[in-house]
Parts: sequence; structure tokens; C-alpha cells
Amino acid sequence: MIEYAISIKYMLAGYAVILTVLALYIVNLFIRWRNLARDLQTLKEIQKKSL
Amino acid sequence: MKPQPMVLKVLNVVSVLLFLAALGMVFLYAPLEATMNYVQKIFYFHIATAWVGMLGFIAAAVAGVLYLIKHDQKWDIVELAAVEISLVFFLIAIAAGSIWARPTWGAYWTWEPRLTTAAILEMIYIAYLLLRQGIDDPDRRARFSAVYTLVGAISVPITFMSIRLFRTIHPVVIGTNSAASQGSFDMTSKMLATMFFALFAFSVIFVNLFWHRIRLGQLAQQVEQLKLEELQ
Repeated sequence: MIEYAISIKYMLAGYAVILTVLALYIVNLFIRWRNLARDLQTLKEIQKKSL
Repeated sequence: MKPQPMVLKVLNVVSVLLFLAALGMVFLYAPLEATMNYVQKIFYFHIATAWVGMLGFIAAAVAGVLYLIKHDQKWDIVELAAVEISLVFFLIAIAAGSIWARPTWGAYWTWEPRLTTAAILEMIYIAYLLLRQGIDDPDRRARFSAVYTLVGAISVPITFMSIRLFRTIHPVVIGTNSAASQGSFDMTSKMLATMFFALFAFSVIFVNLFWHRIRLGQLAQQVEQLKLEELQ
């Protein structure tokens, strides 16, 4: 049987990894979306000016 | 770019609620396993993330087939979205599994069939992302990617079946364990219910993230087209 203290330590480490990787990916998606939306806006403004 | 449809907004809320409910079930409802006790609780999210990871790689192959049939760039966007999200989920499954393995097997990693095939699967799709970046022509890139995901998908059933076909220390959740398996346990009905709920919750979360990633791909395509128009 695995000791309780050791078992809890690894469980917390496991869930920390799961939550961190998921959170990082969601933040990454959000940042990429925001940057692309900004690029789109800029490109549309450039197009308007050139017309 | 169109704002998020109402269904997607509802799905965002449902995904968060399901995730919290799955966490609640793991920590408050599922009983403590007798030998591994707390560390066994990693198992529920390990299984769920591995499941959606494999599901996504298969979805990418289906999108690849649809691209090869229809030659429509939208299927390339879908395929890339599926691969990217699956890579994230499968990475979580591998990392969580390694942490579970340390107190159970005495090592974070061992080159046994399941871990080896899982590592190969992850690397095949990391290579997919790297190789895609080396092709500038969108049609060539999409054609190459479609064929690659089709061939790459062969590794999904191999990884899934590896613990059933070879002598391994990795436990089999449903079915008979190998005599060498270490860390296997008998699931109670509450453990089973938690596992299936986590599978369901992560499937919904996968669909939600998949939808967001496809929208991101469409936005990137729109930006790319405008840039090309500006250059001409």
C-alpha cells in the first residue's frame, strides 16, 4: 500500500499538471484569437484607406 | 468575424459546469482505492484525456479523407484543429499517467508497449505540425496533411490495443489484465460512474474547444486572404 502522504503528493501533482496544461491551452487560444482579430481590423482599415 | 453563436456560448457554460462536476465526483463521490488510495484519483482524468486525444486523431483522419474527396480548405482547418487539441489532451494523459506511475511502478517512465506506442503517437502528430509549417502552398499543405493524418491514424488503434496484444505492466481498465500488470484494481460502481462521467465531460469539453479552434482557423484564413489581397 502506498503511504497516504506520498499518494496525496502525487495526486496533487497530477491534477496540477492537468489543470495547468488545460488552462495554458485555453489562454493560448484566447491570445491567438485576440491577435488575429486585431490583425483583421488593421487590414480592413488599410483596405478602406487605399480605396 | 461573426460573434460566437448562442449554442457555442451555452456549450462554454456547460463545459465549465461539467468539468467542475467531474472534479466534484472524483474528489467527493468516488471512493478511495485500497492500495493506491489518493493517487488513483488521477486515473479518471487520465482515461478521459487519453480518450478525447485518440478521438481527435481519428476525427483528423476523417477530416483528411473529406479534404481529399472535396478539396475544400475548410476540412484542412478542421483537421488541424482536431490534431492540435488532441495533442494537448494526449500530452495531459501521458504526463498524468507518468505521475501516477511513479508511486505505483516506482518510475515515471518505462519503455513498455503502451507507454512506447503512446509516445510514438504523440511524436507523429508533433511532426505533423512541424512538417506543415514547411509547406507554403495551401493546397499542397492540405493534401500532404490529409494523407499524413490518414497514415498517422493507424497508430491510434495500435496504441489502444497495445495493452491487450502485448505483455505489459499497464493495467487494462475494461477487460482482462496481463499477469505482469501493476496498478490494476477492481472498480466499484461509484468508480465506474465517475469514470464514465469524466469521459462524457471531457468529450463535451473537446467539442467545445474544437469549435473554438475551428473558428480560430477560419479567422486566420480570413486574415491570410486579406494580406494576399493587399500584396496584389
